Amino acid sequence: MWAMVYGMPSTRAAGQFEAKLPMSTLLEVNELRTRFHTPEGIVYAVNGVSFQVDEGETLAVVGESGCGKSVSMLSILQLIPIPPGEIAGGTALYGSRDLLKMTEAEMMTIRGKEIAMIFQDPMTSLNPVLTIGHQITESLRVHTSLDRKAAEQKAAELLDTVGIPDAAHRLGDYPHQFSGGMRQRVMIAMALACGPSLLIADEPTTALDVTIQAQIVELVTKIRNEERMAVIWITHDLGVVAGIADRVNVMYAGFIVETAKVFSLYENPLHPYTNALIGALPRVDRRRDKRLKSISGAPPSLLVEPHGCPFAPRCDHVIERCRIETPQLLPVGEAHSVACWVNIHSKGPR
Amino acid sequence: MDNILEAQKKIATLAADELETPPLSLKQLTWRRFKRHKMAVAGLVVLALLILYAFGGALFVSEQYANYNDTRLSLGAPSATHLFGTDSIGRDILARTIYGGQISLLIGLFAVTIETVFGILVGALAGYYGGWIDSLLMRFTEAMLNIPEIFLLIVMAKFFGGKIPELTILGRVYSGSLVVIIVIIGLTSWMYLARIVRAEFLSLKENEFVLAARATGTSDKGIIFQHILPNCVAPIVVTATLGVANAILSEAYISFLGLGVQPPTATWGNMLDGANQYIESAPWLWFFPGLLILLTVLSINYVGDGLRDALDPRGRAI
Repeated sequence: MWAMVYGMPSTRAAGQFEAKLPMSTLLEVNELRTRFHTPEGIVYAVNGVSFQVDEGETLAVVGESGCGKSVSMLSILQLIPIPPGEIAGGTALYGSRDLLKMTEAEMMTIRGKEIAMIFQDPMTSLNPVLTIGHQITESLRVHTSLDRKAAEQKAAELLDTVGIPDAAHRLGDYPHQFSGGMRQRVMIAMALACGPSLLIADEPTTALDVTIQAQIVELVTKIRNEERMAVIWITHDLGVVAGIADRVNVMYAGFIVETAKVFSLYENPLHPYTNALIGALPRVDRRRDKRLKSISGAPPSLLVEPHGCPFAPRCDHVIERCRIETPQLLPVGEAHSVACWVNIHSKGPR
Repeated sequence: MDNILEAQKKIATLAADELETPPLSLKQLTWRRFKRHKMAVAGLVVLALLILYAFGGALFVSEQYANYNDTRLSLGAPSATHLFGTDSIGRDILARTIYGGQISLLIGLFAVTIETVFGILVGALAGYYGGWIDSLLMRFTEAMLNIPEIFLLIVMAKFFGGKIPELTILGRVYSGSLVVIIVIIGLTSWMYLARIVRAEFLSLKENEFVLAARATGTSDKGIIFQHILPNCVAPIVVTATLGVANAILSEAYISFLGLGVQPPTATWGNMLDGANQYIESAPWLWFFPGLLILLTVLSINYVGDGLRDALDPRGRAI
C-alpha cells in the first residue's frame, strides 16, 4: 500500500506479513565503528551501529549520501581499504563466528559464498575485458569444485533465472554488449551463483531508470522468496523501500537513528529525521500545488568526533539535552526503536 | 517514389539482428585503426620480410657455410659468388646476416619475454599492494634506472660471459654467451615497463569491478592476473614491441664491443665487431648488418607506434 503511495509497485505477496514463524538471526552486528584516517583528520564514518538480520528477511538501510550505509556493509565484509580505513570496534556475528575477527583467508570463504554483494553502478562493476560467462563462473570456480563445463551450464541457468533471454549463447559476450538493466541482472546472477544466505545490495537501482528499477526490485524479491535468502537493501529511495523491505534502518551521520517494520515506519515515524524524510517525499495522493518540504541545513562534517545527537543542528524539535548527550537506540514499540530524546508527537521529552 | 517505398519495405522486414551491425571485437577495432597508420603497416611488411629473410634464408644456405672461413677470400668485395662480400677471415657475409638475423631476432624476443615478466611482476605487486611493498620495489626500480644501462650491460656481460658452456638445441650449437646476453638485456630493461604497469594498476585497482571481484571471494592473485592485468594489455604490448627493438640494439652495442655473443655464432651485432677498422676500405662489412639492424629497429618502432594509436581507447574515432 505504501509502495503505491510513493510510486512503486508493491511486489509483496498478499499476507506476507501475517503470522510469520519466529525466524533465527542470520547476522547480528553490535556497536560497529569504522573510521578513516585521512590527511584532513579522522573521518568518523560509522559510529556504533547495531542491527540484526533474520533469515529470509529483507532489511532496507536508508539515509542520504555519506551517512555510512555502504561503509558499514563493506566493513562487515572487511572490504574497506585498510589503511586508511580502520574498524575501530564492534562485532558482526554470522552464526557463531565474528566476521570482523576473521582472517583474509577465512573471509574469502564467506564472501560470495555465504554473503554476496551487488553494487550501485552495473556499468563499472563488471570487468570490461572479461566475458560475462567468465565473471559468473568465477565465483563457482572459487567456491565449488565444479568443472568448467558444469560451471558454464550453471552460469547459463543463472542467467536464465535473472531473465536474460538466450542465456547459453550470451556467456561469451562482453559487458558492453548489455544494457544497464541487463548488466545489473548479470551482477545479480553472479551474486546468486553459490546460493548465498545473505545478499547485500548496495543501491542496485540507483543508476537505472524507473521502469528498470521496478524490474530489478521485482526480480530480487522473487529470487529472495524462492531461495529463502535474506537481503540487505541499501538505498536512498524510500519508494523502493516501501516496495520490498520488511524492516528499515534509517541512518544519519554514521548512526542508526530509527529502526522499525516498514509499515510502522511510514505510518508512525518517530525520529524527526525520518519524519522529515517522509515529509519530503512526493506522494501520489497529495495535492500537486503544495511544495515538498525540504530539510534545512546540511549533514554534519564527519571529521568531528560526534558529540550529542548528530541531527540536532537541523532538528525542529531540538532540546538542550540533544546537544550534550548522544541518544541511544531504544525500543518504543513492537520492533520499533528510535534514538531521540524527544517524543515528536507530544513535543515533550521521551 | 517507388524506390523509396521499396527501401522502406526492406527495412521493415529486416530481422532484429540484421538491423544492427554486429559489434566489432577489440581485435577487429584495433586492426582497423592500425591499418590507417600507413608507416606502421609498412613497418609490419618490412618486419615480415626480414623474418622471412632470416628464417627462410636458412633453407638455402647452411650454417656450416655461414661459419666456413677461407682466409684466401678475406675482405672480398661483393661479387656474384659472395653477394654481400666476405669478412676479414673470408666468411660469406650474406650467409652470416641470415644466421645472425635469426640470433638477433631471437635475442630480441626472449629478452623482451624476460623484461615483460619482470616488469609485470614488479609493477603489479607495487601498484596493487601499495604501501611498503610499493616503496621497496619502486626504490629498487629507480636505483636500477639510475645506473646507465650500457654500463650495467658491459659489467654484467664481462662478469657472466664465458661461464655458460655451449648449448645444443635442435641439433644446432649456440654459444653460451647467447643465454647470458638474453638474460642481462632482459634484466636491465624491465624498469620502464614496471613503472607503466604500476601506474596502470594504481588507477585500475580503484575500479568498482575490483571491489566486486573481492566481494565474490576472489583471491589477490586472481584479481591481479585475471581482473586487472587484462585491462592493461595495451600499454604492455606497445612497450614490449618497442622493447624488441631496444634489445636488438643493446645486443648490437655489446657485441660491437666484443662482449656479446661470441663467434662463430653470428649476430648482426658481432658482425660489426672489428668492422670499424675497415670503415672505408671494406664498407660492406658494416653496411649490410648495419642496414638490417636499422630496418628492423625502424620497422619495429613504427609497428609499436601504430599499436599505441590503435590500442589507445582514447583514440579519436573507430
